[in-house]
Amino acid sequence: MLKTFKLGGVHPAENKISEDKKIEVLPLPKIAYIPISQHLGAPAKPLVNKGDSIKVGQQIAKGEAFISANIHSSVSGKVQKIDAVIDASGYKRTAVVVQVEGDEWEEGIDKTKDIKRDITLSQKEIIAKINEKGIVGLGGATFPSHVKLMVPDGKKADVLIINGVECEPYLTSDHRLMLEMGEEMMIGVEILKRALGVNRAVIGIENNKPDAIEHLSKIAKNFSGIEVQGLKVKYPQGAEKQLIKAIINREVPSGKLPIEVGAVVNNSGTAYAVYEAVQKNKPLIERVVTITGKSVKNPGNFMVRIGTPVSELIEAGGGLPDDTGKVISGGPMMGKALNSLEAPIVKGTSGILIMQEEEAARKQVLNCIRCSRCVSVCPMGLEPYLLEKVVMFEDFERTEKERVMDCIECGSCQFTCPANRPLLDYIRLGKNKVGQIMRARAKK
Amino acid sequence: MNLLKISGSPHVHTDNSVKGIMYGVIYAMIPALLVSIYFFGLDAIRVTVLSVVMCLLVEYLIQKYVLKTTVTISDGSAIITGILLAFNVPSNLPWHIILIGAIVAIGIGKMSFGGVGKNIFNPALVGRVFLLISFPVQMTSWPIPVPLGGKALTDAITGPTPLGIMKEGLSAGKTVSEIMPQIPDYVQNMLVGFQGGSLGEVSALALLLGAIYMLIRKIITWHTPVAFIGSAFIFASILYLVDPARFVDPFFHMLTGGMMLGVFFMATDMVTSPMSAKGQLIFGAGAGILTILIRVFGAYPEGVSFAILIMNAFVPLLDRGFKPKRFGEVVKA
Repeated sequence: MLKTFKLGGVHPAENKISEDKKIEVLPLPKIAYIPISQHLGAPAKPLVNKGDSIKVGQQIAKGEAFISANIHSSVSGKVQKIDAVIDASGYKRTAVVVQVEGDEWEEGIDKTKDIKRDITLSQKEIIAKINEKGIVGLGGATFPSHVKLMVPDGKKADVLIINGVECEPYLTSDHRLMLEMGEEMMIGVEILKRALGVNRAVIGIENNKPDAIEHLSKIAKNFSGIEVQGLKVKYPQGAEKQLIKAIINREVPSGKLPIEVGAVVNNSGTAYAVYEAVQKNKPLIERVVTITGKSVKNPGNFMVRIGTPVSELIEAGGGLPDDTGKVISGGPMMGKALNSLEAPIVKGTSGILIMQEEEAARKQVLNCIRCSRCVSVCPMGLEPYLLEKVVMFEDFERTEKERVMDCIECGSCQFTCPANRPLLDYIRLGKNKVGQIMRARAKK
Repeated sequence: MNLLKISGSPHVHTDNSVKGIMYGVIYAMIPALLVSIYFFGLDAIRVTVLSVVMCLLVEYLIQKYVLKTTVTISDGSAIITGILLAFNVPSNLPWHIILIGAIVAIGIGKMSFGGVGKNIFNPALVGRVFLLISFPVQMTSWPIPVPLGGKALTDAITGPTPLGIMKEGLSAGKTVSEIMPQIPDYVQNMLVGFQGGSLGEVSALALLLGAIYMLIRKIITWHTPVAFIGSAFIFASILYLVDPARFVDPFFHMLTGGMMLGVFFMATDMVTSPMSAKGQLIFGAGAGILTILIRVFGAYPEGVSFAILIMNAFVPLLDRGFKPKRFGEVVKA
């Protein structure tokens, strides 16, 4: 039986143009820009200097803070410089710039396609390995995985949820990965289960990927305690709290983490990366990225080395269409509009979406007609129209009281607003301001 | 290469538009409009066209010359106000009274608050109530409907509405069963459209048809109408059970006057009703009880307009007091 979450949600056009395209390997870039901050938390500290020769898989930056992650080189060659480059956020961030020479790998990394099924490491060793290899959540939030797997004292996890929902329109990278690397991913799920010390894992997949549901259900029969759960198509089902609600009907309390209800969520792509790290000793240096869009000549899914400029992936997709209006890193609901096509693909890049000029244009903003659609689609039960208003009036006390910090920025409200109001723009501003106020209060 | 557009997410948008919603409401009023043309003939067309044109004109003039802002009369909202105002008046109303109604509805009821979406009270009702108080004679002489090519049920040209007959009879000391024969075959007449009354209240069935269309297109939700009808029905039933001689049966209340028009087309006005489902239920229930209270104990035979306007005033309070169910509020371990 298909499950879903109850509160709110929308149905944007799916547009999964590239879902039948097999994963191809993107050629190596000439120059790779590897940012030292590709994760949530503190940037990593560079370990290499200008002029150093480095190999594929060599660690080039160290995550020193509690919430941080190691960075490894995805290419071999010479470090040209360590400099600020424009990344997907539009800001200049420090990156290791590597002049690519050949494709020479570090020793000890298993590059073969052979599937390694025996899991020999202990719980502690697994978490250490995941930390060492720089694994972060690949669903988009890029939270360091080893931190997520260390259950805080006093809390207990009883179920691992694997996010194979891919509820963003257009994106197909997780879909292809589940189809083509299903068994490897499943071994990754088993490893994550052991790392957490739980007996049950559920893989949630939306019903618009019946082939993935079928394929993984078959593989899951060879594993104990791993189920595949079909889900009704509804955005934002891939959001952590909504997915937990849909699959095990537990509601994460406001302001708390999933562990509060005994659940830990990991992305399907993360499970695959964990398999490669633990079984093949391979750091997170490449990932599947979708290149798509209505005018894109050859939409597809590519295995891309981290640090490859977006422009090279666009070339592989047949070049930048003439009617391009916007280039988005991620999906159309939550993705970021790029201001430079030389921004590198990073650990959190699930797809590059090229939108046509007219698609990309925002419509004229009209008066709110109080239709309450924003209220009924909000998956967190908030009142976006009201949040917009109180932020506009700079009443941040009220903004906080109306639970602005609960907003997951899924964009359902703005997507659905008939008056085309920039609801999420104001809500983001409100979250930022209220965040500042809360931090200032905590310091006192 | 073109410059890339930069903006925050989401980057896609539904086809939902203010215009789409407004015109949806207009389409939903077409069945009732056709029925009113069938019964009142050219008069119905005259009143409706006059009312719509005047509402558009007033909005245009105010936006263009008073507020000096963008003219947005094509969004459909003034057309709705125009049709609703026409639905609420007798078909023989002179043009200058309609013009006054349009000025009050759009000028005072809507534009003085800042235009579409900002008004507290339903503009058509503001106009209607203003006319009712200012022109009580013209506003309550109801032409008897004559079907196109058919015969009138009585020889009279104008007559009171069923609610009016009831009110007058009761205040003259008659019992309900004594008054009833003066209102021949009211259930059939009122469902289909033979009752005397304003343009839009003659046929409950046609209004219901429009309401179903709006429900399917999700322009309105069930909360307000169900609470409105439910509470009015229960309240009227209690009164009826207490003393059937003094209080008419609840079905009479349901089918007469502006009940259906008010429930489905004016109480559901999104601008002037609460945002949350809980708020809408209370809003509807309040309007239902007030309607019966005014009809039974008030001076006017009809109470829907006043009831809705009174509840409109409570909307900001209801919005503050009744929040949607928040995610993560109930802790289930």
